[in-house]
Amino acid sequence: MIHKIAQLLKTNKARLLDGWFQKQLASETLRDDLMTNDELRAQSEELVNALTKTIHEENISQPDSSDFDEVFEILADITAQRARQGFSPRETGLFIFSLKETILDLLADLGADDEVMLFQESRKVSHLLDNFAIITFETFIKSREEVILRQTEEISDISTPVIQVWDGILALPIIGTLDSARTQVVMENLLQKIVDTGSSIAILDISGVPAVDSLVAQHLIKTVSATRLMGADCIISGIRPEIAQTIVHLGIDLTNIVTKASLASALRYAFGLQRLTVKRVETDKKAF
Amino acid sequence: MDRIPILRMGAFLLVTIQVDLYDRLALSLEADLVDMVHKTGARGVLIDISSVSIVDSFMGRILGNIASMTRVLDAETVVVGMQPAVAITLIELGLSLKGVHTALNVERGMTLLNDKFGQDDELAGDDADDAE
Repeated sequence: MIHKIAQLLKTNKARLLDGWFQKQLASETLRDDLMTNDELRAQSEELVNALTKTIHEENISQPDSSDFDEVFEILADITAQRARQGFSPRETGLFIFSLKETILDLLADLGADDEVMLFQESRKVSHLLDNFAIITFETFIKSREEVILRQTEEISDISTPVIQVWDGILALPIIGTLDSARTQVVMENLLQKIVDTGSSIAILDISGVPAVDSLVAQHLIKTVSATRLMGADCIISGIRPEIAQTIVHLGIDLTNIVTKASLASALRYAFGLQRLTVKRVETDKKAF
Repeated sequence: MDRIPILRMGAFLLVTIQVDLYDRLALSLEADLVDMVHKTGARGVLIDISSVSIVDSFMGRILGNIASMTRVLDAETVVVGMQPAVAITLIELGLSLKGVHTALNVERGMTLLNDKFGQDDELAGDDADDAE
């Protein structure tokens, strides 16, 4: 009877499900903090149901057959959910591999007398379940990448604030790597703010930029040139020693741009351009 | 053919571009401006492009040319009121308008010119009187 493995799975569905569920419960990687046992059981049941419904003797050796689309869909759903809930790749992988083990156990129990058949059927089951595992991983990584992509977008959205530090002086602290897309956003924000506030000085602070290569430098130069075209002066501040070294080693010419080591010195320079002075008020002791 | 009016304000010339510059208009503006600078001995040219929303490389070159030509005639060019989109376009086209002074609006542009030539004002004023 063992060569009718699909039939065997169908008739022993309850036993399979139970065995698998017990295996998952016994596993060290059980995450009952992330998912209740009822949920786990529901997920397992859904998958086993779909599998036993679609599997038959022909398609078992064709893991890419479209018969399994329903199973793939359920797998993808479960995996995507797990990726979002914070399961590790190992935990997610073991979910499907423990199903494989359970099926193999079942095979061994029911057909131990015919070893050749047992080997051949095991190979088929392994092949099929390995394919399921690959799908699980693809989906898992895809879901994680989506999360990363969304976070990247959020970061670039919130990380380009233009601050008015003084009447007529804007500051733009740049945090993170400066690529073409971000330069565009930074430039547009800055220029628009210059028009809105009528500011004549903009300070680009790059202390939050991890590295400056020739491309980043070119983006900076572009931004400075655009500000100049608008009729405002642009100062680059927050240049760390290692960045100064890189700039010189790369042969980047920043001689036409005012650069300052810190935001404070840039601000002092800006005050100078605006003909402003900052004075400490002498406290009048008699007043107290 | 349309012409862009050139107004005289003391030692400076003021040009306000209110229409989109097509090529021939830009060329005639260039010629008129250089003539005018030569005739009046103006020390500065102020070009207001706050109403210009579309630029191309030709227009960028014309602005650069005007600046270079007036420089030869000893006058400085200030371009004022450039819109953000226009500035970004020019930069992307690789035209950073070197040699052109810029200011945020006409008022600031005038201040800039006055600061630059304040000490020569009387001299320029004399020239202007002679020309009239």
